Amino acid sequence: MTRFAMVIDTRTCIGCGDCVVACKTENNVPEGLNRDWVVEATSGTYPDLKTEFRSERCNHCSNPTCVTLCPTGASHLWKDTNIVLVEPEKCTGCKACIAACPYDARLVMHPDGYIDKCTFCHHRVEKGMDPACVSSCPTRCMHFGSLDDPSSEVSKLLKTREYKVLSPETGNEPNVYYLL
Amino acid sequence: MKEELLVTARGNELIDPSLHIWTWEVAMYLFLGGLTAGVMVFAALMTVLNKDEEAPFAAKRLALLAPLVLSAGMTTLFLDLEHKLFVYRFYTSFQITSPMSWGAWILVVIYPISIMQILSTFRSGYGFFAGFADRMTIGREILDFCERYRRQIAMVAIPFATALGIYTGILLSAFGARPFWNSGVLGPLFLVSGMSTAAALVALIARHHSEKALFTRIDLGLIVVEIALVALFLINLATGTGQQIDALQSVLGGPYTLVFWVLFVGIGLLIPLLLETLEITGVSKKLAMLAPILVLFGGYALRQIMLDAGQESSWTHYDTQYNSELLERLHEENP
Repeated sequence: MTRFAMVIDTRTCIGCGDCVVACKTENNVPEGLNRDWVVEATSGTYPDLKTEFRSERCNHCSNPTCVTLCPTGASHLWKDTNIVLVEPEKCTGCKACIAACPYDARLVMHPDGYIDKCTFCHHRVEKGMDPACVSSCPTRCMHFGSLDDPSSEVSKLLKTREYKVLSPETGNEPNVYYLL
Repeated sequence: MKEELLVTARGNELIDPSLHIWTWEVAMYLFLGGLTAGVMVFAALMTVLNKDEEAPFAAKRLALLAPLVLSAGMTTLFLDLEHKLFVYRFYTSFQITSPMSWGAWILVVIYPISIMQILSTFRSGYGFFAGFADRMTIGREILDFCERYRRQIAMVAIPFATALGIYTGILLSAFGARPFWNSGVLGPLFLVSGMSTAAALVALIARHHSEKALFTRIDLGLIVVEIALVALFLINLATGTGQQIDALQSVLGGPYTLVFWVLFVGIGLLIPLLLETLEITGVSKKLAMLAPILVLFGGYALRQIMLDAGQESSWTHYDTQYNSELLERLHEENP
């Protein structure tokens, strides 16, 4: 299985939201819905406060509970990778996958009624391009690539920098990494 | 402090500000599914234990309710689907890791078993209608066949109906992403609750005094077991992970405290427990009708509260100031 990962540098992210706009434009995401979003996380006690920006989306988990709990096989892994997609023709709109995602990253695509989500822009990845959010980032804090290739940018960053993933204790093995 | 604020707009329908994907349709299905399981188990048990005389309604007529109640439940479940035209997709695959897929196929098995269960007591329970079937050779043969194997049909009905009752709980507990549901106790709890509602239904509509008394006694036992399972569920969450302890707060001071303790535990469990005890000991029979109605109400309340509180429990909690109504207002002003 090819493992694609996104590595996002929280030190250079300024929370501008360009990734969000790029996604909406590239994927024609209907108004009012978002496949990605930016979180501003502040922790500490004044005056010792620390803020980090995180561009978040589907984590394309290596152990995706949305796929294991889908009753029809509509939620599936794309071409032996960890990219989680939904086949609209198989989706009944039962919403089990929404409940199954500990990151609340899936959404109902209205008005059609099937489930929609971040695709890691697999239509671009197929052509060797980066996802739209990564390509459009003005501070170049987002990186995309294969973790199986030790010489890829994402592999090198994870080798040399300190990082975290969101709630690793879910057991889902998320593949969006945040550099600290 | 720890503050996680969404700085780009996110108002994803049914997800923000907190997950609310399933409403009364699913709660009703879980309730009616559990009731169906109970109905089938009791109809089968009365057959296996030869209780035709003592419990004529449960032994001969109760089974008819199973497919009717289950069909009503499947209708409400269908109403919940967002992509309704593709409902047949449940039956073009079997996903071994998905309880919903198991449930979809259990339902397929339940229907024929339930129909055979009805036919095995059709002549004795519904003589008038059986008369029509008897006029045709094929109808006569089918009724003869089912009557001959009545006991065997009942023996098959018990494990499958039990699976139906347990699955409605496993369906929720399999969602590790929803800490409030993440307890293995939910399966047995929903099964016992479903059987309790079915016993209450028999106590409510059976005509013979002996049968009413028998099912009041059965229900009393089931309520006691259900109270124990509720306690185990609460202990399970209270001694679980941080997420589970957090989730439990919704019924320990949080928004579902009142409905959980008053509507479900109080009105749905403790009051019927008291009323049925008074009835059995012969102290007071005035409220004999009320207890089963409260049990049925409590059964539904359990599903609705579990469903609502469980969906809201999550691993992620973001504050957001985005208000999707503002977007709509913008459209109204600039059409």
